[in-house]
Amino acid sequence: MIYNLPFIAVVAMILIGLYAVLFKRNLVKMVIGISIIESGVNLFLITLGYRWWGENGGVAPIFTSAPSEAVKNAPESMVLPVPQALTLTSIVIGVAVLALMLSLVMHLYKHYGTLDIIKIRRMNEE
Amino acid sequence: MSIRTIVAIVFFSILAVFFVFTALMLSFGEPKKTDMDDYIIMHTQNETGTNSGVTTIVFDYRGFDTLGEATILFAAVSGVIMIFRRVKK
Amino acid sequence: MSEMSKIVRTLSNILFPFIMIFGLYVIAHGHLTPGGGFQGGAVVASGCIMLLVAYGSTWVFEKIKTSRLSVFESLGALGFIGTAFFGLVFGGWFFNNFLVRNGIIFNIVPKTGSTLANFNTAGVLPLMNFSVGVKVIAGLFVIVLVMGYASSLKEWKQ
Repeated sequence: MIYNLPFIAVVAMILIGLYAVLFKRNLVKMVIGISIIESGVNLFLITLGYRWWGENGGVAPIFTSAPSEAVKNAPESMVLPVPQALTLTSIVIGVAVLALMLSLVMHLYKHYGTLDIIKIRRMNEE
Repeated sequence: MSIRTIVAIVFFSILAVFFVFTALMLSFGEPKKTDMDDYIIMHTQNETGTNSGVTTIVFDYRGFDTLGEATILFAAVSGVIMIFRRVKK
Repeated sequence: MSEMSKIVRTLSNILFPFIMIFGLYVIAHGHLTPGGGFQGGAVVASGCIMLLVAYGSTWVFEKIKTSRLSVFESLGALGFIGTAFFGLVFGGWFFNNFLVRNGIIFNIVPKTGSTLANFNTAGVLPLMNFSVGVKVIAGLFVIVLVMGYASSLKEWKQ
């Protein structure tokens, strides 16, 4: 079970982010919780594509000055490159969503005067 | 203890059980063998002329996804500018 | 927001060229080492945001209008799509790599195996890296500038 340590770290990050979204009242703390969930999902995508080889682990799929032992048995010694390319797109999408969420939180503060979601709901029901 | 807190505790515990069960069942370091990744690693230097395997996937083999990502960046920037506009009277 | 003290301004003046050169190096060598357009663009944008924090957003917003920065971002997006369309004109399909073997500049194919880095390789990829890098720099800088200026106006303070 100690060899599954990256997956246990992913589950810990997602659960901490989910706790911050469900059980906190401040709007900025909820936005921070969503950002932690996105970081956990990106880490999960990268650890899905790792390949053990030899005694030091896998080698990055780049041929510039690569060690010659890894180039000789080429497809089994290198890490899968496709999940790393898709994680780049996921990080950029996370940045775009975070920028729009923060501008909407600023707009809510200007209109209602407070950042507490229970008080905002009571002000809205009147 | 309002209804909102009770529902949140039940939802959180069900999801926690699912996630922990999944994390203990996966194996680290042995992915399934696909043909796509082996083809890309063996034929990168011949067909594309790059030394890096990740950049060809982002810009050459799967360049259409990068086009969608550039559109998302553009939409986010124009949305932020639109929220903070002042209407001049 | 207002500007910071003289020590902070002097240090950010000294540090900004080094950050910009490192970011441009990461963008330009995207086809040889790990990096590329998005990563290098984020590095240069964080250097520009350091200057924005040191000099105050009210002074910077009067010098640089957002309309000039959106011209930069549109140039980056048009460069990316224009390079993809040139592949359709010169070859047979969209996103064709038309500079790899029979082109003018980036047309050397490296030997198979572990080689040293040659900058003259890899067809269309350095042009696409530059376009996406310029787009990311302009986009991230405009987001932080607009948010920082709008929070210092009188109608937003309560």
